[in-house]
Amino acid sequence: MFAHRHLLGIEQLSASDITQILDLSDRYAALNRQPEKHLDTLRGRTQINLFFEASTRTQASFELAGKRLGADVMSMPVQASSMRKGETLIDTALTLNAMHPDLLVVRHQNSGAVALLAEKVNCAVLNGGDGRHEHPTQALLDALTIRRRKGRLQRLTIAICGDIANSRVARSNILCLNRMENRVRVIAPPTLLPAGIERMGVEVFTDMEAGLEGCDVVMMLRVQNERLTGAAIPSTREYFHRWGLTAEKLAIAKDEAIVMHPGPMNRGVEIDAEVADDINRSVIQEQVEMGVAVRMAVLELLAQNLGGAV
Amino acid sequence: MTAPLHLTNARLIDPATGYDGPGALRISDGMIEEVVRGASPEVPGAVDCGGLPLAPGIIDMRVFVGEPGARHRESFRSAGEAAAAGGVTTMIAQPDTSPPLDDPALVQFALARAREAAPVRVHAMAALTRGLKGAEMSEQQFLLDAGAVALTDADHPMADAKLMRACMAYATALDALVVHHPQDPSLGHGTCATSGEFASRLGLPAVPAIAERIMLERDLALAESTGVRYHADMLSTAAALAPLARARTAGVKVTAGVSIHHLTLNEFDIADYRSFFKLAPPLRAEADREAVVTALAEGLIDVIVSSHLPWDEEAKRLPFEEAATGAVGLETFLPACLRLIHAGQLTLLRLFECAALNPARILGLPGGRLARGAPADLVLFDPDAPFVLDRAALRSKSKNTPFDRTRMQGKVRGTWVGGTRVFGG
Repeated sequence: MFAHRHLLGIEQLSASDITQILDLSDRYAALNRQPEKHLDTLRGRTQINLFFEASTRTQASFELAGKRLGADVMSMPVQASSMRKGETLIDTALTLNAMHPDLLVVRHQNSGAVALLAEKVNCAVLNGGDGRHEHPTQALLDALTIRRRKGRLQRLTIAICGDIANSRVARSNILCLNRMENRVRVIAPPTLLPAGIERMGVEVFTDMEAGLEGCDVVMMLRVQNERLTGAAIPSTREYFHRWGLTAEKLAIAKDEAIVMHPGPMNRGVEIDAEVADDINRSVIQEQVEMGVAVRMAVLELLAQNLGGAV
Repeated sequence: MTAPLHLTNARLIDPATGYDGPGALRISDGMIEEVVRGASPEVPGAVDCGGLPLAPGIIDMRVFVGEPGARHRESFRSAGEAAAAGGVTTMIAQPDTSPPLDDPALVQFALARAREAAPVRVHAMAALTRGLKGAEMSEQQFLLDAGAVALTDADHPMADAKLMRACMAYATALDALVVHHPQDPSLGHGTCATSGEFASRLGLPAVPAIAERIMLERDLALAESTGVRYHADMLSTAAALAPLARARTAGVKVTAGVSIHHLTLNEFDIADYRSFFKLAPPLRAEADREAVVTALAEGLIDVIVSSHLPWDEEAKRLPFEEAATGAVGLETFLPACLRLIHAGQLTLLRLFECAALNPARILGLPGGRLARGAPADLVLFDPDAPFVLDRAALRSKSKNTPFDRTRMQGKVRGTWVGGTRVFGG
């Protein structure tokens, strides 16, 4: 039983919810490797993707997930620049609501905006990323990737490295991995650590070598260098020197440690190309693959709780 | 000359003399003519207060009224009616209107509008800099001559220390009161919450609490060197209190206020991104709230304000970061303050010292006391009467209260301005 109307964040999910999602995702991961990938689970259902913030891979992944389950999928590219922000959020929600969608996938640049929208519509809402708050399907696809590679999702030591302060991926991953009883570390320069991070159930490192010691998983985050250079980090080359993942630094982690990245990558800023492309260590492509499976699973689970027969 | 008004069988609360006990008032020509302590005389036609507290009307030093420029949010009439219902008999209008009150004619216009429409007394602060832009001094003398009671840039902290020093130094020649909102603007820019674990979990851009202390320390140093009378409009953090205490000990002419919201709410209230709790300064940690409550009770903080800031529904029906900042507070002023009384953190005498007497002293106004010759600006209230606040029933044109559906205790039973009853009865 998946007792949620919306998927707004990892915060609302229990360990058994997460396990249920990952178990179903595993089945879809297998299906997605078959020549015949199409199911009728969501036949008759309408899924609308509403992305107020530009996205390629998340939007494509949700679109493919809905289509593989047989839903009618429409993506509305709403660029914040072309609309008056905020005010149109609720207006847009009400307009879309009148079209009777069953599943609404929303990404918005403001924390809490997806939850606000969910209050105004009658359908199930999936958070595709809200501000710096949460990105639940990213954390779930990361969890699935880890579980498949490591054979378990407990008692692992996982380091999240990079711009923790501005990252919704980091927040959702911290919540998810903690809920599954892992040991979570964050590694970042002090300027990219949010206030109070030490009380979020993580070990905090500013020294990457110390933080990588004994890790099973190394999760790198994208550095938005255009926004951060000069304001939070002196330069990308200095950042790479201290906090970029190289083969040498990776050698400090466990021998079989895997490397993850939510993409898109800045090679030579947060990650060295040699590590990113190492097929024995990097699971970055697999993350993308698992993304479709996880999104199929959450779409199906939420659709089961919609009114009417599924 | 009308017949005298008698208010009998009251519990008089007079912060000026420290009297909290039974008594009666005789009012004539808008003034208190006689204060009777102890048993009330039998007077035919008297208003029997039934033993309820009768105190000097509240003087609210920080009220935004949308005239000129935003009457759809609040007019002098609607603000005045809300004030009367909240026990506020004098409102000090802030100059951050549209256009701002940076010109003597605009101050006169606002005050004339207020006299015409508001059932309570209204004074205005004028802009400290032209257009509230923090770049050029305003005409302090002309603004005071037009009726302004103090000079402030309201919600706009002044980054430029050189200009602030000049404004303060110039003000000493006029004995003008300079009021400032101490928050470092570079740290505060683009933020909507207080930095800490909670804001980080919500993913909201946040200002560190020390932004208040940084600006206050600068202001105190400038106030000390210029000798100006300086008022920090709203303090909200524990870190700001030590410098304030040091400056006071050193003889700096400094007073400080706090908003009722920062005395009764904390950062956890913004959970679920409720935009009605988006305030400036942002709601603080519980330890900060406790520290400012203690500072108020012990005398370090002098004034309680509503920081009344009305916004229409559209301005608040937005994601938290995009939503307008501020809350209405006039009508809930007294019930909200009474929370501190019921919690045993404040006495009624101290409450009215901070809400009526001290504002009168700081601004040079005659109210704030129950004394012969003082204006008959009074509030009679039942401190125990319980109710659940319904924001739709507020008299303010805007309904953005953080206390919607909150259980409160304490109702105003009567408000008099210059001996005329403007609420209750």
